[in-house]
Amino acid sequence: MRLDCPLCGPRDLREFTPRGAAVLARRPEDETWSEAWHDHLHLRDNPAGRSDELWYHGAGCTAWLVVERDTATHEVFSVRLAAEGGA
Amino acid sequence: MRYNALQILRKGLAGNRGWRPAWRKAEPQAAYDVVIVGGGGHGLSTAYYLAKRHGVRRVAVLEKGWIGSGNVGRNTTIVRANYGLPGNSEFYSHSLKLWEGLERDLNYNVMHSQRGLINLFHSDGQRDAYARRGNAIRNQGDDAILLDAEGVRKILPYLDFEQTRFPIYGGLYQPRGGTARHDAVAWGYARGADRLGVDLIENCEVTGIETEGGRVTGVQTSRGRIAAGTVGLAVAGRSSQVAALAGLRLPIESHVLQAFVTEGLKPVIDHVVTYGMGHFYISQSDKGGLVFGGDLDFYPSYAARGNLPMAEHVIEAGVTLMPMIGKARMLRSWGGIMDMSPDGSPIIDRAPVDGLYLNTGWCYGGFKAVPGSGDCFARLLATGEPHPAAARFRLDRFETGHGLMDEEGTGAQHNLH
Repeated sequence: MRLDCPLCGPRDLREFTPRGAAVLARRPEDETWSEAWHDHLHLRDNPAGRSDELWYHGAGCTAWLVVERDTATHEVFSVRLAAEGGA
Repeated sequence: MRYNALQILRKGLAGNRGWRPAWRKAEPQAAYDVVIVGGGGHGLSTAYYLAKRHGVRRVAVLEKGWIGSGNVGRNTTIVRANYGLPGNSEFYSHSLKLWEGLERDLNYNVMHSQRGLINLFHSDGQRDAYARRGNAIRNQGDDAILLDAEGVRKILPYLDFEQTRFPIYGGLYQPRGGTARHDAVAWGYARGADRLGVDLIENCEVTGIETEGGRVTGVQTSRGRIAAGTVGLAVAGRSSQVAALAGLRLPIESHVLQAFVTEGLKPVIDHVVTYGMGHFYISQSDKGGLVFGGDLDFYPSYAARGNLPMAEHVIEAGVTLMPMIGKARMLRSWGGIMDMSPDGSPIIDRAPVDGLYLNTGWCYGGFKAVPGSGDCFARLLATGEPHPAAARFRLDRFETGHGLMDEEGTGAQHNLH
């Protein structure tokens, strides 16, 4: 698996760290514990197929990326910068 | 057909003709008292204990593929009860006791081998943590022996004790830990359940879960509709998809865990050895292959295969710990789909739909749990009440924060276990 970083170009998987479902990039606004926080932290669609995920390019540009990927085949469809609304 | 030694001898001398299939190829009936989705270790053991302990006779196990085609035939076969936290501790203790009587109970050789398991440690702090864990294990009534480096050297002389990265300070030894023949566990439970009248229905994929007024009424399958008032899901890495058929979202992420086996060698590794700092563990199968693995690849995956970086990492760790295995040739590697829960501990509980029950979140530890999970899930399905050994495996612990079982102490969020 290689990821095509928007800033660095195609790079080896070893440079990246997966963080999980891209929903993690959208924190609930509630300041105290709520159903929304439970949903955000714990519940997952966990799709067997196309999925948006957060990855960190730690050994490259250190950008947070949103990777659209097929969890059943490992095919990568797109890699966007999380900071530019990719999430 | 009950197996015995004389019969094996007689059939063996007669060219092994005359053996009958170990279980029937059952056709789906229109209705059952209990339908269990998933014909892996957990589903089969659940069916077995439902019929044996609770007298539930109209039980079906629905398996999408064939019996034993999932994680029960893809794991690294380790059986242990060395957990430290309340909840996990009593459950795995219960499961190990069931393992110890399993072959007699099933009249089936699952090749359960209590060869001993050693968790290595590499610092003073880690020694303290393992001493504490060992005490928790002994308080539970199980066995744990804290070994210093010399103690480990006596039983594992082949390790590189003086390695610069993680020199070995000692190990936590559980003599009752070991391995079992994973396929035989599936076959033994399948045969046992079948003999008690359970229908094992293979090539039968569940495509829908029917509810009426918030109650389960049955399932739709690739082989037609089956009515049932009680449905238990034991589908491991596919839990999210099957639960979604009932409108549920689970606190589960599915990840790939790789495993590896070398060509068959003469006996060289007599125990199960874990090297947590290097993310590596190993045992030798009775056939001679070195069976080893490490950490998850850490990205969600249903591909049942991992990527090269983690394979390299695991093998590097293994060769660091025991340089002698560097000459072994690897035969194959594969991946299993792990149902990862946020705190790394399982869920055996009622679902928010009446009559629907969940058995999931086994992470990378589901194999040793097979007898205990089946026993506890069967109790829950039969009575609606949890088995005391699994009473803490609640679904709502993530929502409430009460009763989280974060064995590694890393946090109760996805991607931390």
